[in-house]
Amino acid sequence: MALLEVKDLHTSFFTPAGEVKAVNGVSFNLERGKVLGIVGESGSGKSVTAYSIMQILEKTGKIVSGSVKFDGQELVGIGEEGMKKIRGNKISIIFQDPMTSLNPTYTIGHQLMEAIMLHTPRNKQQAWDRAVEMLRLVNVNEPEKRMKQYPFEFSGGMRQRVMIAMALACEPDILIADEPTTALDVTIQAQILELMQQLQKELGMAIIMITHDLGVVAQMCDEVIVMYAGSICEQGSADEIFYNPKHEYTKGLMRSIPTVDSDGSRLHPITGTPIDLLNMPKGCPFAPRCDAAMKICMRERCQRMQINEWHQAACWMNVKEAFENGELEEAES
Amino acid sequence: MSDFENLVEVKHLKEYFPINTGMFKTTPLKAVDDVSFAIRKGETLGLVGESGCGKTTVGRTLLHLYKPTDGEIWFNGKQIVTKQDIIDYRKKSAMVFQDPYSSLNPRMTVSDIIAEPLDVHKLYSSKAERQEKVLELMARVGLNSEHASRYAHEFSGGQRQRIGIARALAMGPEFIVCDEPVSALDVSIQAQVINMFDELQEEMGLTYLFIAHDLLVVRHISDRIAVMYLGKMVEMADAHEIYDHPLHPYTKCLMSAVPLPDPKKARENKRIVLSGDIPSPLHAPSGCPFRTRCPYATDACAESMPEFKEVAPGHFAACHNLDKCN
Repeated sequence: MALLEVKDLHTSFFTPAGEVKAVNGVSFNLERGKVLGIVGESGSGKSVTAYSIMQILEKTGKIVSGSVKFDGQELVGIGEEGMKKIRGNKISIIFQDPMTSLNPTYTIGHQLMEAIMLHTPRNKQQAWDRAVEMLRLVNVNEPEKRMKQYPFEFSGGMRQRVMIAMALACEPDILIADEPTTALDVTIQAQILELMQQLQKELGMAIIMITHDLGVVAQMCDEVIVMYAGSICEQGSADEIFYNPKHEYTKGLMRSIPTVDSDGSRLHPITGTPIDLLNMPKGCPFAPRCDAAMKICMRERCQRMQINEWHQAACWMNVKEAFENGELEEAES
Repeated sequence: MSDFENLVEVKHLKEYFPINTGMFKTTPLKAVDDVSFAIRKGETLGLVGESGCGKTTVGRTLLHLYKPTDGEIWFNGKQIVTKQDIIDYRKKSAMVFQDPYSSLNPRMTVSDIIAEPLDVHKLYSSKAERQEKVLELMARVGLNSEHASRYAHEFSGGQRQRIGIARALAMGPEFIVCDEPVSALDVSIQAQVINMFDELQEEMGLTYLFIAHDLLVVRHISDRIAVMYLGKMVEMADAHEIYDHPLHPYTKCLMSAVPLPDPKKARENKRIVLSGDIPSPLHAPSGCPFRTRCPYATDACAESMPEFKEVAPGHFAACHNLDKCN
């Protein structure tokens, strides 16, 4: 049994302008000790998927249907009290912006100890020791001194380390990292990614890595989910997604990023702009921007199909190819 | 470098900001400290470095948006000194800003935003001419001319950046400073805007100073690349050269830290992970600013700032221990 099973998750925001289907039928499994990457552009629903798992959506947001199972236990509908036992203890999250996710009016030590005492039966002294131990684990120099300092005395990279220490203090089974390095410089990003990889090996937790940076995904992830307009268009092992993409959107993304060898030549951007979630088309959400779109793409959404053992994609092009290669036969009717 | 015609040249540029450090005391923050370089006509010079290294300040000082503390700025073989020089210079240069949200006035229509440089320099004789120019510019950057009377908030990030670019093109400049023009955009939109910069350069013979922190984007668009660290320029060379054979230890770390969008290469990539953070520019280390994080630092590095000199044809670097680290 997978550690985390998300099945047909639908999350909507109810705004004055109408219902925004931010997550629209997302399903995936996460195995123990694996790193899963979720990539997509802004508005693709990658963060909302994570917030739905943690049930920390804004007031207007609601899980409409679907199931999230952690270790066999259903999380949707267990209520706030039930979720409190899961958050921090079993599943932790770190956010993009280390500047705003710490409270500026309390010391780092206070905030770390608060998290530890809330989730484990430690007293103040034990919580202090544990907090110092965690800061040492994430390579913060002079942890005893740093415990008494306030967030403004920390640099961006140091704050993100504190966030990681806080998230890992109760030894969660899953760490959700929502764009953990987007706000950081490259050399600091390298430090944080290295740290996360090392801690993942030591503590054996699973990581869900949410990012728009394909470089970060290539470096960190065993498995990758590509999201567009609230649904998963492709899922597979990192090598499959990068070397054998089977959805037109993923192919477009890969073509549109500059690589080490791509100098001089023009990039191949995806035309148009991301879709308006208030007015979703009937067919494939990517069809209006897709160069290869066929009639059926406008009419009907393609279901996810198995490409091979490690790879699924939801694109009619694969059906067309299979048909042309004679792997499918026209149904007689 | 005599084979190339330099469009913009800076010599020993310094930009210090006074910071209040006591009731009657100020300490100079050396945002840019003794930087010299030249940009050739028609080329793109990429400027990279971490936040706080002074790359944006270089871009702004170059256009006289900040008054330089010291140093010379030359444009087209003429030094910019008097107020009239600056006015003439500004007609030939422009800037595209990072944030397409805060760099457009929300109370102005798109046509007023684009025409503002024309208004300032009084470059039209009639209203009809002004409108014609605006529509021409909008077409040039791929904006629908029907949108001229709309406001900035009605556009997406990518379209806003196009408005910003149209504004920069309004006076027909020769030189554009692009300050992180694509870093606020989504990947698929980024490529559209990068291609547009390429096309405009080909069509209009523009010269760019392209400031960015995304090293793959900079490598893609630039002919030459300069690397800054803590207000100093540490290395400058052709784009290929600096990626394939970086000489300065900081450049080496920077290049190896780039996450490559290719799992096999990412696994093979031997990252040099720097310890520690970039020091505060208020308390910059003596001598070479990189020495506190440099794996090759020696006593000499603490004593004096190494000279920024040409170590191979067209390849400049500032390091005392180039032999040791290569």
